[in-house]
Amino acid sequence: MNYFKIIFFFFILLNSNELKADNEDLKNQITKNLRCLICQGQSVYDSDSEFANSLKVTVEEKLNDGFSEEQIYLFLKDKYGQWILYDPELNINTYILWLLPILLFLIGGAIIFKSFIFTKK
Amino acid sequence: MVFLKKKMRSKFFLFIIILIFIIIFLIFYKGLTNYSIYTPKINIENDIPVFSANIFDSDLQVSSKELFDPKKSYLLNIWSSWCVPCRDEHALLMDLSKDEKVNLIGLNYKDRLNNAKNYLNELGNPYSKILVDETGTIAIEWGAFGVPETFLIYENKVIKKYIGPLNQQFLIEIKSLIK
Repeated sequence: MNYFKIIFFFFILLNSNELKADNEDLKNQITKNLRCLICQGQSVYDSDSEFANSLKVTVEEKLNDGFSEEQIYLFLKDKYGQWILYDPELNINTYILWLLPILLFLIGGAIIFKSFIFTKK
Repeated sequence: MVFLKKKMRSKFFLFIIILIFIIIFLIFYKGLTNYSIYTPKINIENDIPVFSANIFDSDLQVSSKELFDPKKSYLLNIWSSWCVPCRDEHALLMDLSKDEKVNLIGLNYKDRLNNAKNYLNELGNPYSKILVDETGTIAIEWGAFGVPETFLIYENKVIKKYIGPLNQQFLIEIKSLIK
């Protein structure tokens, strides 16, 4: 009976650890995607500024409240704007950012293709 | 003749190099005093956030609904005893607190109670109410960057946001907006 108790205790202990680690992983993943607005060039995860530390606590609280990753991004976007997210969405302000690489690829491809044909002739 | 030309050319290059260095120096020197935090212009939804906070030096809790009367205008100031620029703007806040139309609310950001009390004893208390934000999460709800930061609130909306310490110009602006 005592063995059972000990095994049960360890079972619970290990399980709860896993649950916590899961949340921690998600928290790290989210904070890596957030720009630290007052220490630019760093993510919230990397920074140890007051702002970043508060944000880490906020993300943790929101996760405990049952917010999903998307909901947290949406919440922070509402407060600080698109700029806080490292992964910008496609809209009027960012279309050049998204379309320029494709455009450059196409133009470059066209140039290579053309020169290739010319040399063949 | 050729020798002279060569000498002139090397002098010319030296002149160009020195000029480039001076220009680079000036750019960097000017950059030293620049405010280096870049923020794109954004339209942030400006309703005040829903939150509840402890009142300074008591066990009472207050929610944002109880705190903000939609018919009045408020000035929410985020401050802390460890924040140096807060000391600079404190005199202006004291000045503002004399105006009866302004309801000054303080948000004590990541501070120790004793330090905050000493700070208020030393410089005076301009706030009609002070909320406590130990973890900084309430400041995040407001969309704040840090201390000091001031929000002008009217009809439960944030009309204006001042990042950094207030100055005389802002003070005049706030007073004209409240009227």
